[in-house]
Amino acid sequence: MPEHQLNPNNWIDLYSDYLFNYTITRVNDREIAKDLVQDTFFAGLKSMKNFKGEASERTWLISILKRKIIDHYRKINSNKGKAEVRMTYISDDLEGDWLEERVEDEHYLNAQETLENSELGDAIYDCMSKLSGKQATVFKMKTILGYETEAICSEMNITASNLWVIIHRARVQMAECLEKNWF
Amino acid sequence: MKEKTKIFLFISCEEAYEICDKSQYGEATLWEIVKLNLRFIWCHFTQAYVKKNRKLTQAIKVSNLQSLNKTERELLIEKFNQELKNQMH
Repeated sequence: MPEHQLNPNNWIDLYSDYLFNYTITRVNDREIAKDLVQDTFFAGLKSMKNFKGEASERTWLISILKRKIIDHYRKINSNKGKAEVRMTYISDDLEGDWLEERVEDEHYLNAQETLENSELGDAIYDCMSKLSGKQATVFKMKTILGYETEAICSEMNITASNLWVIIHRARVQMAECLEKNWF
Repeated sequence: MKEKTKIFLFISCEEAYEICDKSQYGEATLWEIVKLNLRFIWCHFTQAYVKKNRKLTQAIKVSNLQSLNKTERELLIEKFNQELKNQMH
């Protein structure tokens, strides 16, 4: 009996946001990210018979997605035939230690920051996956999608005070989870 | 009169948490924030909760989380269900 099993009926509910966030931080294009996530799910369906059950469903889907992202970059590089390597010296008119100035390079720092933030994003989605279905939906609508309270209440058929109770419970759990895994 | 003012200004921990949550989304009124601040001065639980809550908001803000919107999600579900059907046949 394999340790993990696949249940494609739950894939979109459970993993679409995580996979989408994972992708968009790596390709920086919403449309491409949507296509890659969709391709991942389709590829997952096609190769279900190859799933051995050793990894979790999400890990397995992520490994497919990673290959899709690599394929995407290979494709755009081969099409354009150019992998650009930019080595622009920060300030040509200034004398000084090249390496030291490179370390302080704004682009380099931004890249590091972006990587850290994308990992933080993955950690937040990890924690969100531990919330109950309703909590996760309400929390996502309010916090990530920025929906108005009224819109969420009518969509979810709840009162405003119910919404704030759900948000409170979700925030407490999220804070505890991130405290353990990130902060 | 004094008693009335005291009750008027006093909020419970639970109310303070709710106001703090609302304020993370810019939905707390000025009066609610005043009441929260009053409680914040002396209540350690409120102080701890406000600190944690702000930290969470900050983490979410810097991570720049992205998510599929309703339409994108519905479209994905539709296409996925179609593909799932095709797989079955």
